[in-house]
Amino acid sequence: MAAVQETVDKVKTLDVDAYKYGFTTDIESEKAPKGLNEDIVRFISAKKNEPEWLTEWRLDAFRRWQTMAEPQWARVHYPPIDYQDLYYYSAPKTAEGPKSLDEVDPELLRTYEKLGIPLREQEILAGVQADPNARKVAVDAVFDSVSVATTFKAELAKAGVIFCPISEAVKTHPELVKKYLGSVVPVTDNYFATLNSAVFSDGSFVYVPPGVRCPMELSTYFRINERNTGQFERTLIIADKGSYVSYLEGCTAPQRDENQLHAAVVELVALDDAEIKYSTVQNWYPGDSEGKGGIYNFVTKRGDCRGARSKISWTQVETGSAITWKYPSCILRGDFSRGEFYSIAISNGYQQVDSGTKMLHLGANTSSRVISKGIAAGHSQNTYRGQISAHRKAVNARNFTNCDSLLIGNACGAHTVPYIEAKNSSAVFEHEATTSKISDDQLFYCMQRALSAEEATALIVNGFVRDVLQQLPMEFAVEAQKLIAISLEGSVG
Amino acid sequence: MLEVKNLHVSVAGKKIIDGLSLKVADGEVAAIMGPNGSGKSTLSYVVAGRADYEVTEGSIRLDGVDLLDKTPAERAALGLFLVFQYPLEIPGVATMTFLKAAMNAQRKAREQAELSTPEFMKKVREAAAKLNIPQDMLKRPVNLGFSGGEKKRMEILQMALLEPKFAILDEMDSGLDIDALRICAEGVNALRSKERGLLVITHYQRLLDYIAPDTVHVMHKGRIVRSGGPELALELEKSGYADYAEEAA
Repeated sequence: MAAVQETVDKVKTLDVDAYKYGFTTDIESEKAPKGLNEDIVRFISAKKNEPEWLTEWRLDAFRRWQTMAEPQWARVHYPPIDYQDLYYYSAPKTAEGPKSLDEVDPELLRTYEKLGIPLREQEILAGVQADPNARKVAVDAVFDSVSVATTFKAELAKAGVIFCPISEAVKTHPELVKKYLGSVVPVTDNYFATLNSAVFSDGSFVYVPPGVRCPMELSTYFRINERNTGQFERTLIIADKGSYVSYLEGCTAPQRDENQLHAAVVELVALDDAEIKYSTVQNWYPGDSEGKGGIYNFVTKRGDCRGARSKISWTQVETGSAITWKYPSCILRGDFSRGEFYSIAISNGYQQVDSGTKMLHLGANTSSRVISKGIAAGHSQNTYRGQISAHRKAVNARNFTNCDSLLIGNACGAHTVPYIEAKNSSAVFEHEATTSKISDDQLFYCMQRALSAEEATALIVNGFVRDVLQQLPMEFAVEAQKLIAISLEGSVG
Repeated sequence: MLEVKNLHVSVAGKKIIDGLSLKVADGEVAAIMGPNGSGKSTLSYVVAGRADYEVTEGSIRLDGVDLLDKTPAERAALGLFLVFQYPLEIPGVATMTFLKAAMNAQRKAREQAELSTPEFMKKVREAAAKLNIPQDMLKRPVNLGFSGGEKKRMEILQMALLEPKFAILDEMDSGLDIDALRICAEGVNALRSKERGLLVITHYQRLLDYIAPDTVHVMHKGRIVRSGGPELALELEKSGYADYAEEAA
């Protein structure tokens, strides 16, 4: 309950438009000229000293992208994006990667501080020796396009876990990158993923060797900082046979008037008996109270349960962005593999969310579970779009889907668009959906117990999303609870 | 002291309370009785500040403080408590969580420090024991799947924890069997004090056998049509409300 109290305090201190992370860090950046062509792609690749094969890989993607059209099927509306009016590369200026935190630009560290990176991580960043028995979190911080601080490397190395910027992995572990990059989300997958393949900036690379349980939660905080810079994260996580890894992703962005494009790709590969848990708290600038500004978030996240009995679990709390287009999915290829998707998607103001998941059952005895909680307030539109399918060979495929929508106020909309497809008769798919409104009676009841309208709303909403919050690692759950209250601020009364 | 003066209330253009005046002193237990549709529940909602009721005239004061321009939360912080006839369910929110949020919200409004977890737990355990509320019930979501009796006991538990200056019990007896009624009534009686006023709204004399009132008021068509001592309730039990209906008409 302390968290709710904190939430309440935080809500009190905020104005409707006072997006907390609306600041800019002044670090001289090095950027490529505006626009996109083969030269820019080569420039990016050259900047990163990439091997020839990767340069060609990017160029292939770029050529393919030029023949593609932006998808129009999502329930989101935005003015056409001028892809030639964006910057595709920018990096904070440092001669070489820092060898220790002392070498990290203090301005960056101050940024982390302003971001309210949880104390544990701040201590780690500050080099404070933590209690060795406490659960550890390793942070690979991406500031704009280049990783600047990677921690806990030694301890991870001892376990044989590779956790580094993908740009580094290209050089240090080219065989792994070459083998897995684009193997889950092919270069040709979709417009935004193809664009990402051509121009991806940086992101995390994780490899957990066979039988290893990753000794700590892996965490990345990244934020968009450079004006007009498209941000193209690329993350690749491989859990080898019998291994386990939990990865946390959280982000905030400074306030901007221009819309910013974000098109990330995340690929997960779980081999036999491996498990990957991927959690996201997304809090990018959603635009102001009139719907101006905000991040366009077009993300492709997909996990491949490649091995038998493997498991991939996505948990996401989405509160930010002007437009969210995101469907973390699982390909259930291995027999007895399992996919999970737990989602809280909150929209307020003029935000548009079109999010959900795909569970593609290919192997026998595969199972999946989808719990989605959509909350719409203000003038926002919140769509759940999900696809559950069973291949002919996916005998005994099982899915349970529950998607609940909660409406706050009279000007918002919640939509559910499920696609269910079974190509064999042994598949059992269950789909439950509800739509409800916070009732005036519930609010009045809470208010009669001394809670303000906002506190009451936060309490009721936290109850509504409880099933999903429980799936988040502890530190994230607390943060998520606060975010929920902040993002619903001004939606009642 | 609760003081209602010449109160006129409409809902969607329809007049429900029509010039009601009422005073309940500190330590007094006043009962309001009346037939269905006389405006009893509306009175409790208007005092607590529920939206959608239009007060066209009159005033409501608690210890001299005008309540009408206050939000329901502010009224609660001033010490007003309503035992709901139909307590609301809040899925996913553990009762314990709810109790702590409510107590701390009240303390915050009064500029008191938050309760520590051990202090809070101790208070809740003691109060729950008196009302025969098992610990596992406190872990369940607020009122979700509770029986009528459990819901009312939970209301009285909240009343005990929030220690109101003035409490309104809106048809507390509805949906209660005789054992549950006795437990709830004992809980309420334990909370009677010289400082605390109570307004007991009921349709039946039955409840007043357990919670003995100091004064009894008969409400009809949105106003008090007769006031008296406990004997008035007994009289009503025999003769019904028909007489007052004629008087008022």
